[in-house]
Amino acid sequence: MTTAAQAHEAHHDHHPTGIMRWLTTTNHKDIGTMYLVFALIMFMVGGAMALAVRAELFQPGMQLMRPEFFNQLIGVHALIMIFAALMPAATGFANWLIPLQIGAPDMALPRLNNWGFWLLPPAAILLTLPFILALFGIGDGAIATGWTFYAPLSVQEGIGVDFAIFAVHLLGISSVMGSINIIVTIFNMRAPGMTMMKLPLFAWGWLITAFLLIATIPVLAGAVTMLLTDRHFGTHFFNAAGGGDPILFQHLFWFFGHPEVYILLLPVWGFIPHILSAFSRKPTYGYKAQVYSFWAIGILSLVVWAHHVFTVGMPVPALLYFMYSTMSISLPLAVLFFCWIATMWRGAMSFETPMLFATGWIILFGIGGLTGLVLADVAADAQYHHSYFVVAHFHYTLFAGGMMGMMAGTYFWLPKMTGRMYSEKLGKLHFWLTAIAFNLTFMPQFFLGLAGMPRRIPDYALQFAEFNMISSIGAFILGLSQLIFVYNIVSCIRGQGEKAADKPWEGAEGLEWTLSSPPPYHSFTVQPVVK
Amino acid sequence: MMDATEREIANRRLVRKLLGVVAAACVFAFALVPLYDVICRVTGFNGKTGNAAAQVEHATRVDTSRWVTVEFVGNTMPGLSWEFHPRQSSVRVHPGQVELTSYFARNITNQPVAGQAVPSVSPGQAAQYFKKIECFCFQRQELKPGETKEMPLTFYVSPDLPENVQTITLSYAFYRAVQ
Amino acid sequence: MALKRFKAMGAAIALAFWSKVAYAEFVWNFPKPVTPLAEDTLHVHNKFMLICMVIFLVVLGIMIYSIIHHRKDKGYKPANFTGPSTKAQVFWTLVPFALLLYIDFILMGIPAYHSVITMEDTKNNADMVIKVTGMQWRWQYEYMDGDAKGIKFVSNLKTPQEQIYNQAEKGPDYLLEVDNPVVLPVGKKVRILLTSNDVIHTWWVPQFGVARDAIPGFLRETWARIDEPGTYKGQCKELCGKGHGFMPVVVNAVSEDEFKKWAESKKAELAAASAVAEKEWSKEDLMALGKEVYEKNCSVCHQVDGKGVPPAFPPLAGSKIVNGPNFDAEGKLIKDSHLDRVFNGFRVMPAWKGVLNDVEIAAVVTYERNAFGNAMGDLLQPAQVKALR
Repeated sequence: MTTAAQAHEAHHDHHPTGIMRWLTTTNHKDIGTMYLVFALIMFMVGGAMALAVRAELFQPGMQLMRPEFFNQLIGVHALIMIFAALMPAATGFANWLIPLQIGAPDMALPRLNNWGFWLLPPAAILLTLPFILALFGIGDGAIATGWTFYAPLSVQEGIGVDFAIFAVHLLGISSVMGSINIIVTIFNMRAPGMTMMKLPLFAWGWLITAFLLIATIPVLAGAVTMLLTDRHFGTHFFNAAGGGDPILFQHLFWFFGHPEVYILLLPVWGFIPHILSAFSRKPTYGYKAQVYSFWAIGILSLVVWAHHVFTVGMPVPALLYFMYSTMSISLPLAVLFFCWIATMWRGAMSFETPMLFATGWIILFGIGGLTGLVLADVAADAQYHHSYFVVAHFHYTLFAGGMMGMMAGTYFWLPKMTGRMYSEKLGKLHFWLTAIAFNLTFMPQFFLGLAGMPRRIPDYALQFAEFNMISSIGAFILGLSQLIFVYNIVSCIRGQGEKAADKPWEGAEGLEWTLSSPPPYHSFTVQPVVK
Repeated sequence: MMDATEREIANRRLVRKLLGVVAAACVFAFALVPLYDVICRVTGFNGKTGNAAAQVEHATRVDTSRWVTVEFVGNTMPGLSWEFHPRQSSVRVHPGQVELTSYFARNITNQPVAGQAVPSVSPGQAAQYFKKIECFCFQRQELKPGETKEMPLTFYVSPDLPENVQTITLSYAFYRAVQ
Repeated sequence: MALKRFKAMGAAIALAFWSKVAYAEFVWNFPKPVTPLAEDTLHVHNKFMLICMVIFLVVLGIMIYSIIHHRKDKGYKPANFTGPSTKAQVFWTLVPFALLLYIDFILMGIPAYHSVITMEDTKNNADMVIKVTGMQWRWQYEYMDGDAKGIKFVSNLKTPQEQIYNQAEKGPDYLLEVDNPVVLPVGKKVRILLTSNDVIHTWWVPQFGVARDAIPGFLRETWARIDEPGTYKGQCKELCGKGHGFMPVVVNAVSEDEFKKWAESKKAELAAASAVAEKEWSKEDLMALGKEVYEKNCSVCHQVDGKGVPPAFPPLAGSKIVNGPNFDAEGKLIKDSHLDRVFNGFRVMPAWKGVLNDVEIAAVVTYERNAFGNAMGDLLQPAQVKALR
């Protein structure tokens, strides 16, 4: 049996080598790897931009750049981190893991998968090209409106906005393709016996993400298309002079933008329970409750968007509705927190790097979630809104809640993907440096916001100097410690480190651990059956 | 248990459905533009007022038991070479009472200039109760070189205006007319 | 050797850092509230933060307990429950959620409701009204009624460029100082109308608890009743272009008597400025004032040398528009002429008639026509500008 399967596999194992392998591949593992590597590269690029911003903010006064360049950096930093780092990372994990976890030989639509990935590099180039063009005197640099594209500023600004609009279109098409592929794979490619309510939570989280993406990305695409026609073709969607309304843009943008937060977080919420359960050596607590919470949060996320624009001025009933609906998200989220902690409770825990990240993640994401609850209060939001309080809040949710979750997942599945163990010592060092430096960077920003520092300003009053200096120092430690992460990954890919067992984590559960590490190029040539 | 071709067909069917969802979401995005406009006009969500003449409701009685102050504000937007301001800064009216006021406009250049006034009412919730019978904002206005013009506005405040609103501000932002 | 130097450097940085920290006044919460709304906001904020802190610490405590005790290396045997199984367990599982429901909608929900009602209490009993217009990158204030009715001025950042670009010592009010602060009486309910001339701005004074967007073409309103005299500072907080960080709000709150006095003197000041516009100005005076006005207002975009930053900000040096006539044979303003662009604005260019007075416009136009290598030789008299108003 085994030899027959191996022979069969060897027969199928010939594929183009070198660059052509990667350009033409339809293999879910190859594509997943490309997504993850791309995300890692863009994470470093976006991080470098953040460091430039923090360097400028190290002291009051303009030291390194002009205000317009500062505005470009913050906007492109956000677009890269959201669309080119976090989302591709999540898609990369989906490609690698979902077929393995549900017992499918590959993704349902392999060619679409390849196209979906290869849209990303051109989009990344479009985002950053205006910086380079500006060096040669073409245009005035990248998009300088922040990642939110608010009209009429974005109607007024230079060619950077057009580049960003096309980049968002490409990224949007790519993620819609990815989402369709994931939905079809989950619905049609499950192994026999793998019912929907036996689906691994990671697949569930991604399923909701995918639905949110195909429902909201077109709205974003529509909004930026209207922006493009306003800029160049004389329409007046967002111009009061022609009967339009700039506030309409904000509503369209956040109709996408709020679900986007959960699009980024749901895959992480999906794989954290796998890690917690593996290192607690105890089954996941409240599987069904978590699935229903995913659904509840997914649906609620579509009807709370206007809490991002409270200061725009709305009738009282609208303010109250958006306030209370936003607060109600805390309920399903509390269910998730309850389940995560209950999974750890009375387990036999050990703290290898993935577990360290997962535990730290719960705490830091908890801070992000709780400050989000406070932000829902309309009157206090007038103070928090667009201040550094909000900057700190969304970095707790998106860096701690998103990126650090991705890091937990990376350490957890890296041995499976590469067949090598990373250096546990360096992994732990990476965790502690990241967790401490992250708090050093963003905790002071809460106080900066409360004291009255607006976000997106290149220079600030003297009263904000101390906290900004601490924050900048934290940011540089945070940035540099990510090099450890890169080193760990690269050494695993290059085959250094000990060989990983098929199931390197004692308590890990799931079909992916039944395969060899790394898994064969074509996995599950014999379809597994789930009991 | 599906075989390969069955699965292929099922996949294709599901992809078509999902593409349908994407298409519907695209349509929805553009449908939001008129939808938003309707919501704004019905609820006064953004301080927008109807840009069409209101009929005086004959049944409307003047509510002499209360006063409402209506303030007038004028803004000339960049690019419009006009002088433009309200003739009176505010007026006290009874709800239901038809009132006439005017704005003053002058073209200060040597060429005809067309402008379009964009009304906005604050607080937004009062917008739907502010009824314009005749307004220069209903169409674009063109002034000959150096021409001055009194721009009339006939309006009334609906007696249905919520009790807690005592002051309504009407603003006109005059833009250079777009083609 | 290298290590030693590295250590010394680290010590120096740490020392510099520590001395700064030691002197610094860290602000951990909102600045002192001076309006009922800010008072309420601070109260609600403190309450909510406390609630969140308690939730956080309780949950963290449970986690830490588990992390300490339920460890493999302590030989703890894992349980294998996956959910509540008995009725009592279900009950205890539901308790935290009932508690959260109570916190969300009663403990936090009710005070939050009252805050919203207070915040939106703009519709009646206002003692005075001011209109705030945002523009790139300054605020314009206009008094709509009362003693100060008709006063209208623009409030610009006063911090010199040398301080921003580190060529001079930074003053104590660095970036939070303006040439014309808006003056308001204490104890009066002021209704604040907001709009914008170009992009969206947000008028924010933290000590008032007030932040509201100024939206082009639309009118918004908010309110403040300042309880104590003082100077209150804030900033624009909606990204509005490259000058976003440089458009502060400064409010002087004074007693009613002082407010009346201020209104009178401000009116006299504006009348004097208007009277000066009547007289004939010499070219030297116009050029000198024009240079000053230009460098304060125009050089941000068109640059000090008039070369601009094309394509967004066209050069004035050698410009066809600047080097063309302003008035036609009949003495009427030519449309899209130099003066028309300056006076009325065009696309990104603001309408300076709302920002500068007659003399300043005349001066800056004269300056632009006779500087950067432009040699029109003509001069624009303030009276000619005044006639356009």
